[in-house]
Amino acid sequence: MLIVACIKQVPDTTQVKIDPVTGTLIREGVPFIMNPFDTHALEESLRLKDKYGLRVAVISMGPPNTEVTLRKALAVGADEAILLSDRAFGGADTLATSKVLAEAIVGLAQKEEVALVICGKQTIDGDTAQVGPGIATRLGYSQLTLVDHIDSLDLNARKIRCRRKLEGWHEVVEASFPAMISVLREINHPRYPTVPMRLIAQDAPVTLWDNNVMQLDKATIGLNGSATQVRRIFSPERTQGEILGEGINDPGKVAQLLIGKLVEKDLLFI
Amino acid sequence: MADEKKVKKPRGIVRLIPGKCIACGARCQTSCAKDAVEMNDKGEPVIDISKCIGCRKCIKVCPVEALEIYFTPEEQKVLAELATQAGAAAAPAEAEEEEESLDLAKLGEYRGVWVFVEHTEGKPAEVSWELLGVGGDLAKTRGVELCSVVIGDKVEHLCQEAFTYGASKVYLMDDPVFHYYRTESYYKAVCHLIEKYKPEIFLVGATGLGRDLAGAVATNLATGLTADCTGLAIDERGFLLQTRPAFGGNIMATILTERTRPQMSTVRPHVMTMPDKNVARKGEIVRESAPFKEQDFTTKVLEIIRDSRVDDVDVAAADIIVSGGRGMAGKENFQILQELADELSGVVACSRAVVEAGWMPVERQVGQTGKTVRPKIYIACGISGAIQHLVGMQSSDVIIAINRDKQAPIFEVATYGIVGDVFEIVPAIIKRIRDLRAKKAAK
Repeated sequence: MLIVACIKQVPDTTQVKIDPVTGTLIREGVPFIMNPFDTHALEESLRLKDKYGLRVAVISMGPPNTEVTLRKALAVGADEAILLSDRAFGGADTLATSKVLAEAIVGLAQKEEVALVICGKQTIDGDTAQVGPGIATRLGYSQLTLVDHIDSLDLNARKIRCRRKLEGWHEVVEASFPAMISVLREINHPRYPTVPMRLIAQDAPVTLWDNNVMQLDKATIGLNGSATQVRRIFSPERTQGEILGEGINDPGKVAQLLIGKLVEKDLLFI
Repeated sequence: MADEKKVKKPRGIVRLIPGKCIACGARCQTSCAKDAVEMNDKGEPVIDISKCIGCRKCIKVCPVEALEIYFTPEEQKVLAELATQAGAAAAPAEAEEEEESLDLAKLGEYRGVWVFVEHTEGKPAEVSWELLGVGGDLAKTRGVELCSVVIGDKVEHLCQEAFTYGASKVYLMDDPVFHYYRTESYYKAVCHLIEKYKPEIFLVGATGLGRDLAGAVATNLATGLTADCTGLAIDERGFLLQTRPAFGGNIMATILTERTRPQMSTVRPHVMTMPDKNVARKGEIVRESAPFKEQDFTTKVLEIIRDSRVDDVDVAAADIIVSGGRGMAGKENFQILQELADELSGVVACSRAVVEAGWMPVERQVGQTGKTVRPKIYIACGISGAIQHLVGMQSSDVIIAINRDKQAPIFEVATYGIVGDVFEIVPAIIKRIRDLRAKKAAK
C-alpha cells in the first residue's frame, strides 16, 4: 500500500522584503524551500512507513527546479518522487492545482493501492489550505484536515483513526481508506537527512510527468482551468503615525504624552 | 491603399519590466500561444523575441503589470508614419482583443448573498454574524437577498439569530446526521442547497471548520474560492472583488471569480465588524431535508475533547491588547506586560517568535499563522513588525509601538510610536496611570 505525500516548493516568504520606495517585492536572494507544513506531511508519511511498512511516494507540481526539493524528500527516505511539471500547468489556482495532483494520485493508484494522501495544512505563500480538500473531493477520499496526531492505521479494515485540532477542542475521528489528511506542525519533528542518504538521493531518479504523460484536458488545468483570476496585486497602504517625544532620553515624559492622548480620545479612563 | 498593404503595422514585442515580477506561477508562460515565454530559475519570464508576436495575452494575465510592449526605433518610425497618414483615429496600435465571452445569462441565474452559519453543537461562531454584516452590504449593492445556511441537529434557534443580524431568509437542514460536523455530510448538504437555489455569493468563516468545508464545496461545484479575504466589494459588472493578503502577507491581491458561480470567499474572525443586532427582525425559514442517510458515511466522530482551560484568555475578543515580541528578551519579562494589561483591563498577546521561543502559549499568538485581532488599543512592545505580524493586527483602532529601533516596520502601522527601551517605557506608562489614579482618588 502507498502513502502519497504532496509537497510544494515555495519561496521563503519570511525573508521577502518590500522595497519602501517602489512598493514592490524584493525577491533577490530569497531561497526556495520545501513548504514548512509539507515537511511535517512528509515526516508523518515516513513514520507510517517505518511503523506499518507502507511505501511513500512524494509528488509536487511546479517548475522544473522543483526537482531539488523532491530530492530532499528522497534524501529523508521517500521511496519515489514524481515531478508534475508542464507549461500547461502554470498559473493554476487551487482548483486547477488540485486537478493535476488528484490525477497524479489516480495514476499512482493504478499501480498500487493508495491508503493515504498526506498534505501540509497550508502553504506559506498561498495560505489557502484549499488544495488538500480539493484533492479529497475530486477523488472521493475521506477528508481529515488539521490532524495533529495519528492514533493508528488498521491495514486490514482499511481505516485510520486520528485526532483533529479545532478552535477550543479536539476531536477523535475514524475514517476509511483512502483518506486525505492535512497535518499541523505540532504533529511531529521532521528528521534530517543523513550524509549517505543525501548522496544516494543525488542520483536517485525523479520521474517527470508532463502533460504528454498525464493527457489532461487543457481547459481543466493551469490558467484555463482556474476559476479565480487575479485582477490586481498591490502593496498594503500604510499611514505613518506620530512619534511621541524622546523615548530614549525621557521615558517619563513620553508616558505622560501617551496617556494624555489616550485620555483625550476617551480610550482610557483614569 | 497600396501603401497600407505594404507597410504592416508593427505589433511590438513584450518585455519584462525589471523588479516588478513576483513569480506568480508562470501565468504569462501558460497564456502564450507561441511558446515565446520561458521561465528562469527565479520564476521570471524570459521572452524569446523571435517567437513573440506582440499579441499581449501575457500582459493581460500578469497580475502585477510586470510586462510591457516595446517597439524598436524602426518600428516606432513606421508607427509614426502610419499615424500621420491615417490621422489620429488610427494612431495607437492597440491590439484587437478577443474579449473572453462570459456567459452572463448563465451567471445571471445565480442571485443572492449567502452566509454559512457555523456552530458547534448549536453554539454559533461569531464570525457567522460578522459575515452577515458584510454580506448585507454586498446584497444591498447588488439589490439581492441576504440569506443564511443553517445545517445541524436541533439548530432551529440559529435561524432566528441569523434574522436578528440581517438575514431575511434561512435555508435550514436539521437532522441527526448533522450532529457532528463531518466534511462529507456537510459539503454534500451545502452543494445540494446551492445547486437548488443558486446564490451568486457564498461566504464562510475562515475557521478550521469553515476552511475544511469551503474547500470541498468549491471543488465539488468547480467554482472559485478565495481564502482569508480582508476586503469584499462589488465591481461595476456586479462581480465580487475579493481582496486578501498574498505571498505570505507581503502584498495584497484582488481576486475575481469571473466565469463560475457562486463566488466563494472565506473571511477570518474579527476581520469584519459585527453588525447591530435587531431582535425585532423576522424572516422566512426554508426547510430542506437531508438528501442522504447516516449509513452513507463511513467517517465517524468518536470523541470530542474540550481543551482544558489552561489558558482561557481569548486575545481575539479583547478590547485592549498588550503584545510582546522578541525584544522582550525572556519569558520572565512578560510580567511587566501583564501589569500594564491589568491596569488597562486588557490581555497579553505576543508575536510568533515569542511562541517559538516557548515564552507564551500559541493561543496568544497574533499574526498570519496566529490570530487576527482588531482591538481598540494594540500596544506592540519589542515587536519589530514582520509583515506576518502586521496582517494580524493592522486593523486595530489605535496601535502603539514601543521599540528601540526607529527603523522597525512596526512604526509604519503605528498610530503612536515610541522609540525607546521597552523596559523603561512600559514601567513609566504603568507609573503614570497609577499616579493619575492615585491623584484622582485623593481628591
